Amino acid sequence: MSTSRTERVVSSMVLLLFALQALVPVLYIVVLALSSEKIGDASWGHLDNFATAWEQGHFSQYMTNSVLIAVLVVCLALVLSLMSGYVLGSLRPRGADLIFYVFLIGIMVPSEAIVLPLFFDMRALGLTDTIWAVALPQTAQSLAFGTFWMRAFFRGVDPAILEAARIDGATDARILVSILLPIGRPAIVTQVVLTFMWTWNDFLIPLVMSPSGRMRTAPLGLAFFQGQYTQGTTLLAAGAVLVALPVVLLYLVLQKQFISGMTDGAVKG
Amino acid sequence: MTAQTTPSATARPPRERRRLSTRRSHVVVSIALLALPVLVYALFMLYPLARVVQLSFYQWDGLSLGTWVGLDNYRTTFTDGRLVGAFVHALVLIVFYAVLPLAIGLVLASLLARSQVRGTGFFRTVVFLPQVIAMVVLAVSWRRIYAPDGLLNSGLRLIGLDALTRSWLGDFDTALIAVGLIGTWVSTGLVTVLLMSGIAGIPKDYYEAAMLDGAGWWRRFWYVTVPGVRAEILVSLTLTVIAALKTFDLVYVTTSGGPGTSTTVPSYEVYNQAFRLGQVGTASSLAVVLTLVIFVINLTINLLGEHER
Repeated sequence: MSTSRTERVVSSMVLLLFALQALVPVLYIVVLALSSEKIGDASWGHLDNFATAWEQGHFSQYMTNSVLIAVLVVCLALVLSLMSGYVLGSLRPRGADLIFYVFLIGIMVPSEAIVLPLFFDMRALGLTDTIWAVALPQTAQSLAFGTFWMRAFFRGVDPAILEAARIDGATDARILVSILLPIGRPAIVTQVVLTFMWTWNDFLIPLVMSPSGRMRTAPLGLAFFQGQYTQGTTLLAAGAVLVALPVVLLYLVLQKQFISGMTDGAVKG
Repeated sequence: MTAQTTPSATARPPRERRRLSTRRSHVVVSIALLALPVLVYALFMLYPLARVVQLSFYQWDGLSLGTWVGLDNYRTTFTDGRLVGAFVHALVLIVFYAVLPLAIGLVLASLLARSQVRGTGFFRTVVFLPQVIAMVVLAVSWRRIYAPDGLLNSGLRLIGLDALTRSWLGDFDTALIAVGLIGTWVSTGLVTVLLMSGIAGIPKDYYEAAMLDGAGWWRRFWYVTVPGVRAEILVSLTLTVIAALKTFDLVYVTTSGGPGTSTTVPSYEVYNQAFRLGQVGTASSLAVVLTLVIFVINLTINLLGEHER
């Protein structure tokens, strides 16, 4: 279908305006972060705001917590999903579908439902305020998605390849590591990126599971920074940029995979 | 594969034996590999899910012994003005998070998907950006935009609409709408990108046939585009309706449910009841109801999708 010149011009304008409105709140916070803290001072480009915010907002501790939790959740969820996905997608023993549906429920369960008993039960065991209290519930949530995601990938692998490897005497572990992991790279990267983003941006579980604030993550640190620091918005904005930066950088580098991962996950989920 | 379909008489016994033993070893390997994932999932997902249902039948402050109260907490959930209000607010948010973005997304996507404009890759990256940024960060930004001396009021003053300026998040009349519009802003990009990929999959012939039949823009939109993206519409609705129901960090950071109770939402009330008011039972029943609502929405939309096929 050929499109007229005017139609193309109008479309481009709409595209530009829509992209602009999506960017304005994001750019606004970046502009604020780089402006001067002093009222009436219109100078710009204050990179030192980031250092001050980092210092005053205790972001070195919160970022460390966030990195540790994210790495733990991403690794655990990936390894466990590969195991469950391989069994439910490739080996398919009797009852595999039933187990799969039970995992599927987990994708729908909101954090609000599991966080209450988890908090009280883990408090009784003296486990709140530990990294495990925050990371294990998040691992279970990511595992629900990961099982679904990896099962779909393993189902898509031609069984003839696995059959051939088995006839050559390869064990299940060997098949998983030498054959399936290399062909599964795109699926694995997508899962890593998505679970990293979900874990990094999560709010409710770290808020509830670490009442003392010892395991406070970067987004939580920002919320509390806002509570204490009502005066200057420049430092708050600088803190906000710091919190968003890791995921945004990852997004910009892997945006193709990110978008297809989000939309594929959405369409299948 | 060929080995299985044409077994020779002499080779049969050993092959049969091997297949039997692989099947048995499959079961062993399956159990070994599933043990850890199932354990983690059961301990941190299924068990708490069962426990929250149990807790919802008790009155408990989180410290002393709880007392069995049967369905009392559910009665409270459905009659207490504050809690019912939270669900009403959630319904309003669904309009802002799901319905509005869908309407905007349909128009935008149908405008954009078929006109070969440059830069759609850049566009896709940009409109998707709000999806990846932590809600806390977006909330901090929007709080500044809505502030008395923020971007929105400055803009209104610039065009001479001083009378409209106000503290958007602090005003009883506008707080919920202001929160809702943040949701609209976040969702619209996702919905548009989903719908654009759906429209790209509609065969061109459909549009050409419709044009030959003399169908105008509206009729092509309504009879070709909308039915062609039914699946994408269902997915968009599932994602955005659930996002609306699970709004927590946005409310926590922008309004804390205020002013008054004008922006409380169910998930905020779960937190508030359990950890500020010491009503763990009520919080649990609220969480159970919220979970059930999400399940029902998912099932309904999936059934609609099945029906389609």
